[in-house]
Amino acid sequence: MFSKNVSPSSSHQVDVLVIGAGPAGIAAACVAAEAGKNVAVLDSSPWLGGQIWRGEQAHPTQAAAQQWIWRLKKSGAQLFASATAFAAPTPRCMLAETPTSVLAITWQKLIFATGARELFIPFPGWTLPGVLGPGGLHAMAKSGWPVTGQRVVVAGTGPLLLAVTAGLQQHGARVCLVAEQTSTAKLIRFGLGLWRHPGKLAQGVGVKARILGVPYRCDCWPVKAEGADRLQRVTLTRGADTWTVDCDYLVCGFHLVPNVELPLLLGCALDQGVVRVNEFQETTVTDVYCAGEPTGIGGADCALVEGRIAGLAAAGLTKQARALMSQRASWHRFRAALNKAFALRPDLRRLATPDTVVCRCEDVPRQEMESFDNWRAAKLHTRCGMGACQGRTCGAAAQFLFGWDNNSVRPPAFPVRMGALIGAETTWNPHAISTASKP
Amino acid sequence: MNTTPDIIIVGAGIVGAACAAECACAGLKVLVLDRGCVGGGTTAAGMGHLVVMDDSPAQFALTSYSRRLWHQLAPQLPANVEYDACGTLWVAADAPEMAEVRRKEAFYRARGLTVEVLDGPALALAEPNLRRDLVGGLRVVDDAVLYPPSAAGFLLKQARTAGAEVRTGVEVRSLLPGGGAVLGDGTQLTAGITVNAAGPWSPTLTPGLPVRKRKGHLVITDRYPGFVHHQIVELGYLKSAHAVATDSVAFNIQPRKTGQMLIGSSRQFDANGTEVNPPILERMLRRAFEYLPTLDRLCAIRCWTGHRAATPDKLPLIGPSVESNKIWLATGHEGLGITTSVGTGRLLADLIMQRPTEIPAEPYSPARLAKGGLLHG
Amino acid sequence: MAEKVIISVNGKPVHVTSDTVVAAALTQAGLLRFRGSIHGESRGPLCGMGVCFECRVTINGRPHCRSCLTLCEPGMEVRTDAS
Repeated sequence: MFSKNVSPSSSHQVDVLVIGAGPAGIAAACVAAEAGKNVAVLDSSPWLGGQIWRGEQAHPTQAAAQQWIWRLKKSGAQLFASATAFAAPTPRCMLAETPTSVLAITWQKLIFATGARELFIPFPGWTLPGVLGPGGLHAMAKSGWPVTGQRVVVAGTGPLLLAVTAGLQQHGARVCLVAEQTSTAKLIRFGLGLWRHPGKLAQGVGVKARILGVPYRCDCWPVKAEGADRLQRVTLTRGADTWTVDCDYLVCGFHLVPNVELPLLLGCALDQGVVRVNEFQETTVTDVYCAGEPTGIGGADCALVEGRIAGLAAAGLTKQARALMSQRASWHRFRAALNKAFALRPDLRRLATPDTVVCRCEDVPRQEMESFDNWRAAKLHTRCGMGACQGRTCGAAAQFLFGWDNNSVRPPAFPVRMGALIGAETTWNPHAISTASKP
Repeated sequence: MNTTPDIIIVGAGIVGAACAAECACAGLKVLVLDRGCVGGGTTAAGMGHLVVMDDSPAQFALTSYSRRLWHQLAPQLPANVEYDACGTLWVAADAPEMAEVRRKEAFYRARGLTVEVLDGPALALAEPNLRRDLVGGLRVVDDAVLYPPSAAGFLLKQARTAGAEVRTGVEVRSLLPGGGAVLGDGTQLTAGITVNAAGPWSPTLTPGLPVRKRKGHLVITDRYPGFVHHQIVELGYLKSAHAVATDSVAFNIQPRKTGQMLIGSSRQFDANGTEVNPPILERMLRRAFEYLPTLDRLCAIRCWTGHRAATPDKLPLIGPSVESNKIWLATGHEGLGITTSVGTGRLLADLIMQRPTEIPAEPYSPARLAKGGLLHG
Repeated sequence: MAEKVIISVNGKPVHVTSDTVVAAALTQAGLLRFRGSIHGESRGPLCGMGVCFECRVTINGRPHCRSCLTLCEPGMEVRTDAS
């Protein structure tokens, strides 16, 4: 892998490598480490918890999160924070970049628990500062983003909107409105179905109770965000009504997109956009497992049981893994109901006008992309997807808007220092680099 | 297209596009077919360097002729082609390479090109991020860079304006000796002439063609405007380009108008997959870091690969094939396809129209490789 | 326990705590424009989780750092591209 002259800055050999320290990754790492395996867990962020348990390490609010984080710390698994996995140059070796070095981790079993990101559907004004993802603003509020007294419109779809509303309110925000695109009928059906999942029902009721007083409208979505250099107002629509709300923030996310890039990089097959796994959460690549959102958006409880099954299977404890399968089946029923209830309506495809930017990294508007009929051609000729986000934002939008598939992933799975591409550690000295204009 | 085309061009890469533009502008009815999108093959992995090469008189003739044609086109090129006359800087790391700089200088000057020799201090001034102990370099002022897929798109637009038809997503299974092509779905299309401009895939359509796939890697960085100002190429580049037996790398970096930098280059035969090869990527980047020591701390956004179409004598095949005067070739451009696309298009159109060519066409004639037993590469 | 930390944003000191991300510090300092798009439009964080790369700023001289994933450290120098 590396030439003899240079060794990577930090090499590790483990039995089980877990990528992602959200619920699925934490659960997988715990059970594998408790079974006596040498386990390492990596996460891009400085904290444990992924997205749904973000901030739990510093400011505990959820009992389940606290228990699992405590359990992980006791388990003996090695934790690598701020470590972004980006390439697998040789079989069974994963490279990850940290702010100061490069890790090379050799593994026997690999578990992807890379979670999901929010789906952003372009609409006029969505690129204004002040328009953020719901999970994003909530997460940053837990890390010091000031929202006290700020007027927030929450829009998009999914139970996440309620959790974010409650969370933002707890940080002092004034949530003006929750605009949910799904229909009242679908929402009621989903709510009624929650009796099968008492934990979720209690959770939902608890959240709803905390946000009494905030108008919650179904069949409602934003059509335009406006402001001079930052967001100042949002126009929403519901049936025949269209109205404008003055606000400081619009958080708008249309459910979640599974983070399948790293599994794709290793050759894992997908089924309808999610990683295909067998009953033991094993992917189509031997010794590579996947748990949580990348196998289907299902929430934290689903992720926990899938993580446990993957960790147990990776540790060779198949009998114990089997014992969890009926619990998983129950969560999979919840998962199916969830995705059905919050399916995206076709109206949302028409929000972006011809000159609405779809690729934010390269400023490519809808009409430029639409003149092509597939992602690769659009990318080659408009440069959409060629920016730093590597098509994560615009590719998902293009999938929704145009139905384009986009499953080609090459290393690096994230932008990394060039030296990291060859496994070498480098130090940053800004004074050594010249950016003078051409003489 | 209701009537039979005069010419079917297989391949909508930059070479096929240039041929289409020239033939259509000459009044011929042109149909271009490609199984993928415009510029999606080798063109998508081209660096987009418009460079005059001196490794042989024929190479010099074609590249300088083509560069002149690009200069004429430059004012019409739209912004998305990102044409930038930044010039090339050939850098010498030691005394023998500096001697080569002087040889190149004499060669280019004798042929009317504007070139400038830089000593160590002048090189450091021209490119402050190069390592300091380089001996010097040669600046070729009129070389330029562009973004190949958009350039292919522009040329095809010119072709369409002159009446050509372009069909993408159409696979061509074989060529008809009497002129025309058989499509993947079995449809037969007749034409006066078929042009095989399928690059590395041209031997599938013309079996026995002495064209081999030669894999290359590229890396593009995030935006760092001002890090380099010229396309910088090490003098060892030619050694790498001409090496046949081994995998090789050579340092090559290009500033894009976006502020990103494109880094190459690598060459491998018998590496037909499109996946990134970590060992050769590592070699290529290490070579780049030797010349630009602070490059290793800049961010890489993407790596990708492509295959060049390589002939045994490094020159392309332009003209009627040996098998049939209804099957013509415009392929085998190795690492100079972007530069020589427009020259190829003009030469091909001249030959088809039986007009005098502006440079001799014999060195690129497919017949040259049929004699002397070089047919099987 | 979070400690008090002073960083500099575009040359001006900003007082935060050690569990604050740089993106939050910028907003506390009154900045919502973190960078400019290709055509110069103002951009700020979108996803808050290191995926969209809209929150990039220069930290201690190094460009293209994701401010949503970077915790403030004493003496950190942050520059947005408006500076």
